[in-house]
Amino acid sequence: MATLEIHDLRVSVEAENGPREILRGVDLTVRQGETHAIMGPNGSGKSTLAYSLAGHPKYTVTGGTVTLDGEDVLAMTVDERARAGVFLAMQYPVEVPGVSVSNFLRTSATAVRGEAPKLRTWVKEVKETMELLHMDPAFAERNVNEGFSGGEKKRHEILQLELLKPKIAILDETDSGLDVDALRIVSEGVNRVRGTGEVGTLLITHYTRILRYIKPDYVHVFAAGRIAESGGAELADKLEEEGYESYVKGGASA
Amino acid sequence: MAEITPAGSTTDGAITVGQQVGRPGQPTDARVSAAPSFDVADFPVPHGREEEWRFTPLERLRGLHDGTAQATGTVRVEVIAPDGVTTRTVDRDDPLVGTAGKPVDRVAAQAYTSFEKATVVSVPKEAVLTEPVRIGLHGEGGTVFGHQIVEVGAFAEAVVVIDHTGDATLAANVEYLIGEGAKLTVVSVQDWDADAVHVAQHTALVGRDASFKSVVVTLGGDVVRLHPRVVYGGPGGEAELFGLYFTDQGQHQEHRLFIDHDTPHCRSNVAYKGALQGKDAHAVWIGDVLIRAAAEGTDTYELNRNLVLTDGARVDSVPNLEIETGEIVGAGHASATGRFEDEQLFYLMSRGIRADEARRLVVRGFFGELVQQIGLADVEERLMAKIDAELEASVG
Repeated sequence: MATLEIHDLRVSVEAENGPREILRGVDLTVRQGETHAIMGPNGSGKSTLAYSLAGHPKYTVTGGTVTLDGEDVLAMTVDERARAGVFLAMQYPVEVPGVSVSNFLRTSATAVRGEAPKLRTWVKEVKETMELLHMDPAFAERNVNEGFSGGEKKRHEILQLELLKPKIAILDETDSGLDVDALRIVSEGVNRVRGTGEVGTLLITHYTRILRYIKPDYVHVFAAGRIAESGGAELADKLEEEGYESYVKGGASA
Repeated sequence: MAEITPAGSTTDGAITVGQQVGRPGQPTDARVSAAPSFDVADFPVPHGREEEWRFTPLERLRGLHDGTAQATGTVRVEVIAPDGVTTRTVDRDDPLVGTAGKPVDRVAAQAYTSFEKATVVSVPKEAVLTEPVRIGLHGEGGTVFGHQIVEVGAFAEAVVVIDHTGDATLAANVEYLIGEGAKLTVVSVQDWDADAVHVAQHTALVGRDASFKSVVVTLGGDVVRLHPRVVYGGPGGEAELFGLYFTDQGQHQEHRLFIDHDTPHCRSNVAYKGALQGKDAHAVWIGDVLIRAAAEGTDTYELNRNLVLTDGARVDSVPNLEIETGEIVGAGHASATGRFEDEQLFYLMSRGIRADEARRLVVRGFFGELVQQIGLADVEERLMAKIDAELEASVG
């Protein structure tokens, strides 16, 4: 069973006046089949956690360990992490002009699966998944993320999630900027992947709204670069009523 | 790709409307320092600050610009043509020589003044070729002054591939004479060895209702400076100018286009794309379009896109549109230089794609549509293989 173990993870970014520590000792274990929601106020370091796990060069790991089934994730390059089974659905997916969605999807599926998918089954697989996400077939011929609306970008991320079938899926504010219909469609996609029982999900969000569609097993409150409180789904209800204020005050001096 | 311009680049394009340029009745460019002439003596030796020379490293032209270059070398000319096409070698007094137009700068005039024999390839009228004409120009070292003419008779259709390889210091004029209702596609490949210097003017005279399509592919050489020009011989003419360049470390690749809309109801469409990598890679693209008062019904668009793959490369991209009549169908230009950014690389790699594969994906995507314009499988494959090799060299 795939397990992502994060232990005492510390991460800095380069700021104007030297390095600034953003993650200050994160401990978290995500097992296959589990869904963990990470909630927290803006600036608490949620997205830094997501990007650090994916290996974004902007973030420097200064301490701690991350392992996937015992393998050192931090020692892997960005592409190696993806091939090992870590997937990050980005909050702000990047435009790649000149590269069509279909070419991109096939190239990444080939990389992650270790061999080129058979053309006929692949075309069918992409088409069916796009239909489930209410994406126009013409979408496949557009350039990656170029001119996509916010909702289209998120659906495209979830399309990749469904096709690449990672062991660990990190969803960074996938709900932000979506209207109710789009949120439902995107959540259904995530739930299809969760339904296989083969993926551990790290759902990073500012709002409790998405948790009505995607039921977490665990909820963690993130504040000042670490997990301030952990609980079950009921913790989200408390946040819904009380907001993050108590955590922000508690962490303000840190 | 973000529309950003790397430090040290220019994209100071301009659209000027209603301004009278040049002298009436004289085919003067928008921005040159001397009138066109067949005689090199009519051009002062450039010092490098002139508008048409300001981007060019004169010290690397091996004297082509200042009269010191002497014809010492050989470029082997080989023409493979389908039946019906004639190939001749003519003297400079042949009536065909110089009919497309005069040289517009000192090096072109030097080439005109100094060449000995011109190669003329003629496609007879109404002939529709099913195979391309292949003109191989292989440099065997030394300085050469060249002149080639491709003549396509009325209502004929032809594809011509001009392939520059080997090593040379070449100054040349190429004339394309396209008869009424004819269609000519020319693919000019600059696949020189690393030390070659190539400065040339390509002048197309597009006849009434004729179509001219040019695909310029510049890969090799130390300095390549091409000056494709289009003039129209009658109304209804159409010109499509496509270009691809891959500018590597230390290379200077300059494409200066001029389209002279002096005839009503003609069209032009320009799209040049270049990728750059390595220290002191320098690409220059100048797109001058002049719509004269008589050229009512003109429709023109020009585009230049550059993709900077590494630090240290420089792009100068200058579109210029001068319009002397409001009675046109359309006129526009676009220029943008973007970097292949770390964020794009990260995004692709986060989907399991290796860094070199990611770079190849982006560059192939960037050139994709233009490569398809070549329409010749062997040239397309060779081009993509070259680009892949250049990319691999940069990663290694």
